[in-house]
Amino acid sequence: MSNRAKLSLYVPEPNARPGGQPSFEHFEIPAAGAVRCPDFGAPEHEMRDLPYTLIRVLDEESRAVGAWNPKLPHDTMIKGLRAMMLTRAFDDRLFRAHRQGKTSFYMKSTGEEAIGAAQSLVLDQGDMCFPTYRVLSWLMARGYPLSDLVNQIFNNAQDPLQGRQLPILYSARDYGFYSLSGNVGSRFGHAVGWAMASAYSEDDKIALGYIGEGTTAEGDFHEALTFASVYHAPVILCVTNNQWAISSYAGIAGADETTFAAKAIGYGIPGLRVDGNDFLAVWAATEWAAERARSNRGATLIEFFTYRAEGHSTSDDPTKYRPADEPSAWPLGDPVDRLKRHLIAIGAWDEERHVSLAAELDAAVRAAVKEAEAIGTLGKSKPPVEQMFECVFKEPDWRLIEQRREVEASS
Amino acid sequence: MTSMNMVQSLNSALDVMLERDPKVLTFGEDVGYFGGVFRVTDKLQSKHGLKRCFDAPISEGGIIATAIGMGAYGLRPVPEIQFADYILPAFDQLVSEAARLRYRSGGEFCAPITVRSPYGGGIFGGQTHSQSPEAIFAHITGLKTVIPSNPYDAKGLLIAAIECDDPVIFLEPKRLYNGPFDGRHDQQVKSWAGHPDAEVPDGYYTVPLGKAAVVREGEAVTVLAYGTMVHVALAGIEDSGVDAELIDLRSIVPLDIDTIVESVKRTGRCVILHEASRYGGFGGELSALVQERCFHWLEAPVERVAGWDTPYPHAFEWDYFPGPQRLATALKKVMQD
Repeated sequence: MSNRAKLSLYVPEPNARPGGQPSFEHFEIPAAGAVRCPDFGAPEHEMRDLPYTLIRVLDEESRAVGAWNPKLPHDTMIKGLRAMMLTRAFDDRLFRAHRQGKTSFYMKSTGEEAIGAAQSLVLDQGDMCFPTYRVLSWLMARGYPLSDLVNQIFNNAQDPLQGRQLPILYSARDYGFYSLSGNVGSRFGHAVGWAMASAYSEDDKIALGYIGEGTTAEGDFHEALTFASVYHAPVILCVTNNQWAISSYAGIAGADETTFAAKAIGYGIPGLRVDGNDFLAVWAATEWAAERARSNRGATLIEFFTYRAEGHSTSDDPTKYRPADEPSAWPLGDPVDRLKRHLIAIGAWDEERHVSLAAELDAAVRAAVKEAEAIGTLGKSKPPVEQMFECVFKEPDWRLIEQRREVEASS
Repeated sequence: MTSMNMVQSLNSALDVMLERDPKVLTFGEDVGYFGGVFRVTDKLQSKHGLKRCFDAPISEGGIIATAIGMGAYGLRPVPEIQFADYILPAFDQLVSEAARLRYRSGGEFCAPITVRSPYGGGIFGGQTHSQSPEAIFAHITGLKTVIPSNPYDAKGLLIAAIECDDPVIFLEPKRLYNGPFDGRHDQQVKSWAGHPDAEVPDGYYTVPLGKAAVVREGEAVTVLAYGTMVHVALAGIEDSGVDAELIDLRSIVPLDIDTIVESVKRTGRCVILHEASRYGGFGGELSALVQERCFHWLEAPVERVAGWDTPYPHAFEWDYFPGPQRLATALKKVMQD
């Protein structure tokens, strides 16, 4: 044996496990309005402080403060609030539908609704987002038909994806919403390629890609950043850091060593770190990055610091790996509640209207579920079986035609 | 008509399509200014501009991911993977994304990309520059896999692949780039000059995907081959003295099953030849199809001649490579059965 010290393998662990005391005290959270807002056209090397702080607009008194305040009209904020509330109402109703055996799978985006809602409203029709499975609020903000969502979740005869996809892995081209997949991260580079194609075509559209903090460990993340950087792609690359990748806390993806926004520094593109539960901060950062992209200044990486308030999916029980009361200890609050309180504080909203809107949205969701149930829930109704063989190729080859006939003959 | 080798005819296909369709662009490692390590994209950048033909980072996953995004936007990208041996970092993109995008999105999005990649051995490239991975792509539904065997087909098939709305894996037998190699490695290297299939139209034409070519008509046995093995098969048939019919599949997805079945029913015998290793190779699928569809016409078991089930061995290249002698032996064997 040498005289050298023995090496020791370090495996990171979260602050608290079930039965423990949840604590987020190790997070440095600057006051709302404290972070400077550089010109969107400024060179990246002048903004390397931004990945290590946290852009926040809504303060503890529910005021919108500081240089990042987007100063939105009341009706725009109410539109955002509505999209978030609709997402939550839908999630609650469809999660229950799963528990009632009406579908096989569901995933909620509780606590993360501000991100998709604000970004959907900031970007233009014709821009394209490359979503993760927790960006339902993007579609809600753009008025995607609720019954089509439920039909997809039930895989019934009216499923817009013809029964080929797991519930909630939507595709909605006309709503700027790229096809989802259950493989995480593999569309991040598509956002960059799509943006490169827009620039190649001298178009004015930009792309927006999402990835979870856990998935930043995949090669896809780094490949996408490399291409975005090299070709100055007009794309906004977003890491939704909701602290948990199923049961792995963000430290397993490297969060204890640096921030996810700071990964941008290695690629020479701006990195913003943003309070993801603050609708106005999400809005402002997205608008900033969009203007940068639209003016041929290339990509921005934005880390949205947020919290997955519920389980990963209907197949997950988060109390098995984190304290049951951890969600209530999250220091950045709830995005719906924070925007609601701001609207009330500025006199644009009140409890009564809030309650009545919640009731209206819940009724709309219930009506959509009822409509879809009338067509059929999972297993009770499905698209014609020949749809199984369509869209494998543009035109089916002889194998698919023969196999389709075989299925038809036996059914 | 111009006499072209396969590098020149592939270059011509790209040139024609860059000229014809502003949605076509090509990129990959060393593809731009330099024109590709095998020169297939030579002078395309200076002729068509930096944005139509450019260098990519050494990131096969990134190359294919961005190409899929471009395809989803509406372009027709033709990414190059420098060697088929390097395609595996992009495998997830090809399998989970390119092949599935149309299906899972209900036809809202598709990836009309053509992934060009030099493949196959016979060039003393060792394990990392010689492999034949076509079977792993054939197994992935949603991908088309095309393998030309001569300059004329290479150009026509590449244009058809670029115009195809589905993702296409376009494997270029690199040993055929400069001449029709028949596996007789100890003989003088031949060039394409004077070969009838090296007479290539200068302009636009297509060779349809999924249509095999009967390269040699015969009555005794059907030989199925593609890529370099088409030329090896001709030599093996000559050596054996057997009156074999040789079918060049040209694409393995889609597969021209009708031409195969018609021929085997007529000859009653079938030998399959491929360079890739044998176990789980595409020859297994071909053998099963022939057996399923021609069983009552078969007079002998279907034979497979293929690379051995080892990694591609540098010093043992010609022991590994299924040359004309091995085919000739198989042909004689099926004739005795």
